[in-house]
Amino acid sequence: MSNYELTKQAVEEVLSLYPDKARKNREKHITVKDEECSSCALKSNVKSVPGVMTSRGCAYAGSKGVVWGPVKDMIHLSHGPVGCGYYSWGTRRNLAQGTAGVDNFVPFQFTSDFQENDIVYGGDKKLERILREITQLFPTAKGISIQSECPVGLIGDDIDSVARRLSKELDLPIIPVRCEGFRGISQSLGHHIANDSIRDHVLGKVQREEIGPYDISLIGDYNIGGDAWASKMLLQEIGLKVQNIWTGDSTLEMLQTGNQVKLNLIHCYRSMNYIVRHMEETYGVPWMEVNFFGPAKIKESLIKIAERFDQTIQDQVQKVLDKYEPLMNKVMETYRPRLEGKKVMLYVGGLRPRHVIGAYEDLGMEVIGTGYEFAHGDDYERTFDQVDTGTVIYDDLTAVELEKLVERLHPDLVGAGIKEKYVMEKMGLPFRQMHSWDYSGPYHGYEGFPIFARDMDMAINSPTWKLVQNPWHR
Amino acid sequence: MRQVAIYGKGGIGKSTTTQNTVSALAEMGKKVTIVGCDPKADSTRLILHSKAQTTVMDLARERGSVEDLELHEVLVEGYAGIRCAESGGPEPGVGCAGRGVITAINFLEENGAYTADTDYVFYDVLGDVVCGGFAMPIRENKAQEIYIVTSGEMMAMYAANNIAKGILKYATTGSVRLGGLICNSRKVDKEYELIEELAKRLNTRMIHFLPRDNEVQRAELRKMTVIEYNPQHPQADEYRTLAQKIDQNTNMTIPTPMNMDELEELLMAYGIMEE
Repeated sequence: MSNYELTKQAVEEVLSLYPDKARKNREKHITVKDEECSSCALKSNVKSVPGVMTSRGCAYAGSKGVVWGPVKDMIHLSHGPVGCGYYSWGTRRNLAQGTAGVDNFVPFQFTSDFQENDIVYGGDKKLERILREITQLFPTAKGISIQSECPVGLIGDDIDSVARRLSKELDLPIIPVRCEGFRGISQSLGHHIANDSIRDHVLGKVQREEIGPYDISLIGDYNIGGDAWASKMLLQEIGLKVQNIWTGDSTLEMLQTGNQVKLNLIHCYRSMNYIVRHMEETYGVPWMEVNFFGPAKIKESLIKIAERFDQTIQDQVQKVLDKYEPLMNKVMETYRPRLEGKKVMLYVGGLRPRHVIGAYEDLGMEVIGTGYEFAHGDDYERTFDQVDTGTVIYDDLTAVELEKLVERLHPDLVGAGIKEKYVMEKMGLPFRQMHSWDYSGPYHGYEGFPIFARDMDMAINSPTWKLVQNPWHR
Repeated sequence: MRQVAIYGKGGIGKSTTTQNTVSALAEMGKKVTIVGCDPKADSTRLILHSKAQTTVMDLARERGSVEDLELHEVLVEGYAGIRCAESGGPEPGVGCAGRGVITAINFLEENGAYTADTDYVFYDVLGDVVCGGFAMPIRENKAQEIYIVTSGEMMAMYAANNIAKGILKYATTGSVRLGGLICNSRKVDKEYELIEELAKRLNTRMIHFLPRDNEVQRAELRKMTVIEYNPQHPQADEYRTLAQKIDQNTNMTIPTPMNMDELEELLMAYGIMEE
């Protein structure tokens, strides 16, 4: 049987575990790429099936955790009961430079800690008090975002008017974000809501003196494990001036002046395509998608970027390629013998399920399955041409589906998140967290690739696995 | 101990009817507690002869949380030994009054407001069943019998039907039952017959027809029930009759609410609505 047929059979077996109604729903979310790509379509961005274990987050996670959280010189207030803020505190590894409490508030957690009385009588007065208190305790904070948790929406607090009034009174940008967790079907709507709040309250509010010919913004790089720093270094080396990063290690000013560049480079398309489209339509700033994982994709991206600029940049790109490609070849020579032919299954968030495929291929590895928690149709369109025939693509993968697919397809490595990690490891499978890079990183750029290669090797070839039996070898 | 909840359209006379009926029960020697479930906190005014006692939620707000309250601060005795509590809650347009009702009732229960010698607890609940919080008294382990105050006016009947829907929802999962309709007359044509028919359709009965009498208003202006203000007045006897009927009522049913068409049909049949 061909790879395609084997995978198809595995999917069929997984789906047969469901009752009819659930099966009918889930079968539309899983497909195996065939020769003609006639199977290259699947359903996405709809409600999860009740009763399954989904790995999705909520709108608050998308806004506070992903988009707003990394803006370091602002205070992001988790507005509502204490849990949402507390349990999402410091879990994302979005690194930031600066002095904690002065120009860097990323290490902190601010919550309005709603009590019964705040629900019954409304939290607006408490919010006012907190906003004033913040400016007294942290006078150097450049702004405040109010991240609504569910109860704020349920009781109908008017955080917009509080923000408007206090912003004037305190002479400070205060941004209300209505990202109540119950809105939408995943964290994806939270990204959109956060993008809209940047558009409405922040973008274009500060004018830079002049825009240089090589001024660009790096959009959708959240500096996980230092990724944005690696990306920035690379872009600087080809002669570009990275004026803004959204939002890894970024500042409020970077959001305010985001529209004043020559080109927007977008890495995480899913979480920030809304705002780059807006900047194109309103300010005429063009945008393009790039991929900084692995030397092949980096090269492709650098050449594409160079085409948008003059000879100076084009020459510089060539120099950079000449400098780094031999180094990267050495990395590949080192790790390929240890990783060649190893099979990977991925299940991540908004961009990595397609963006890291190239980096694995650089190491001679093969991605046999990939999928997203909360992607939309346009993400899957961008995914199918990145994978080979016989690759299984899944949307909003459930816990049982992952387990059963892994049992059938026998990957050598699974790359997903914290919810999947320990299940896989207990099955005796090498695992890497592809949201947070475990405790490692960066993986972006030429700086990141050797680390990526080392980490994958470390996971797969660890002697630990010889001491654990996986279920299909038992 | 019987736990009774009074529902009905806003302004229909729930609080007045409840306090007069409770006064009549107290006259009969019953030990009764009234719990006002309305942020306006006007359910105990006629018993305590004063507007708005200290409410559970307002005091909790002042102190920080309900854990900081003592029962005696929010549960006070008025006319004929009737014990009174008000849930309280936010100004209109802010916060969640329903959550306030939940918190207040839980506080009263947990702190032993319903003593062993209590014969009746009456919950006087705001307007229609608007959300989960206001359905609190009819959920499990709270009120087991509901009386709906209505009149022959279309919207009052519409509200009564809606409340029946709320009761039906909880009747199937708990022990709550409908005890009957109380018609607080607005002198609508054929009102008696109409409400009798409405009760029949809802699978209950009109437990009493209260005629309209200005003596109620005169007593109210003096912050008193008719029972207290003018015990010899015929209207006082009407409330006594209602109290007796409730005391002897064993006719507890699961309601059968109507759909809008059926309700309109009923109104047409009795000439309230023209074809």
